[in-house]
Amino acid sequence: MPINYYLFLSLALFTIGMVGVLTRRNAIIIFMCIELMLNAVNLLLVAFSKMHYQAAIEAGQLATQAGVDGQLFVFFIMVVAAAEVSVGLAIIVMMYRNVHSVDINFLNRLKH
Amino acid sequence: MSIVQILFWVLSVVALFSALMVITSKNPVYSVLWLIVTFFAISGHYILLNAQFLAIVNIIVYAGAIMVLFLFVIMLMNARQEGASGNKRWLTLAGTVSGGIFLLVLVAALKDSELKSRSAMVMDGQVGLIKVLGNELFTRYVVPFEISSILFLSAMVGAVVIGKKD
Repeated sequence: MPINYYLFLSLALFTIGMVGVLTRRNAIIIFMCIELMLNAVNLLLVAFSKMHYQAAIEAGQLATQAGVDGQLFVFFIMVVAAAEVSVGLAIIVMMYRNVHSVDINFLNRLKH
Repeated sequence: MSIVQILFWVLSVVALFSALMVITSKNPVYSVLWLIVTFFAISGHYILLNAQFLAIVNIIVYAGAIMVLFLFVIMLMNARQEGASGNKRWLTLAGTVSGGIFLLVLVAALKDSELKSRSAMVMDGQVGLIKVLGNELFTRYVVPFEISSILFLSAMVGAVVIGKKD
């Protein structure tokens, strides 16, 4: 599969997540769009990992370690995303308890 | 078209459509469900790339744990109403236009890059198997692995401290 296809697919997914962050006002949906962007990056990392692996195989290195780093990087991104979600959702719950809404237009206290 | 190409296009269309439904659904519960569909499509891509470990981890961690957390939080609070923002239509237009410009610039920049002749190996390759990744994770990457356990511990403590009623 040409790497360009994966590049443009994850670019489109990332852009959809970015548009969601810019247009939606619900804090939970904004958070979900951030997860979507993380997943687009993960997909691209795996595709590049397989691209480097194929290049190493074609160069004649049969027992190669090329591409392992990319997939482990995806693994660590998932770890960080899980930790981020637990803390972020706790913050959203606390915010809901204080202002009884998850609309980010109410989060303007730093302006005043 | 070979079976690989058919699978690739079907998974891509499913991923893009469900991602669009995530940001256009009015009800946050539907957004979560569409996001789960997106994650399954991305896991399908991982399986197509023979990254079996990441496909399983993606389903277990993202679709299984994180999305259930989202669903719980949405059902605990009444998050149905999207507050009345006066400039909503204008904001939607501005966000969509800027996202489209972002996509346009990056596509134009990457269209003729040197990557054009490269390709990713699909349906084959040992690099994504649990044996290879686990071997590497517990030898060369053992320090980041342990640090990530400390990160999880601190995230757990932080979530409890933030969510505690006081």
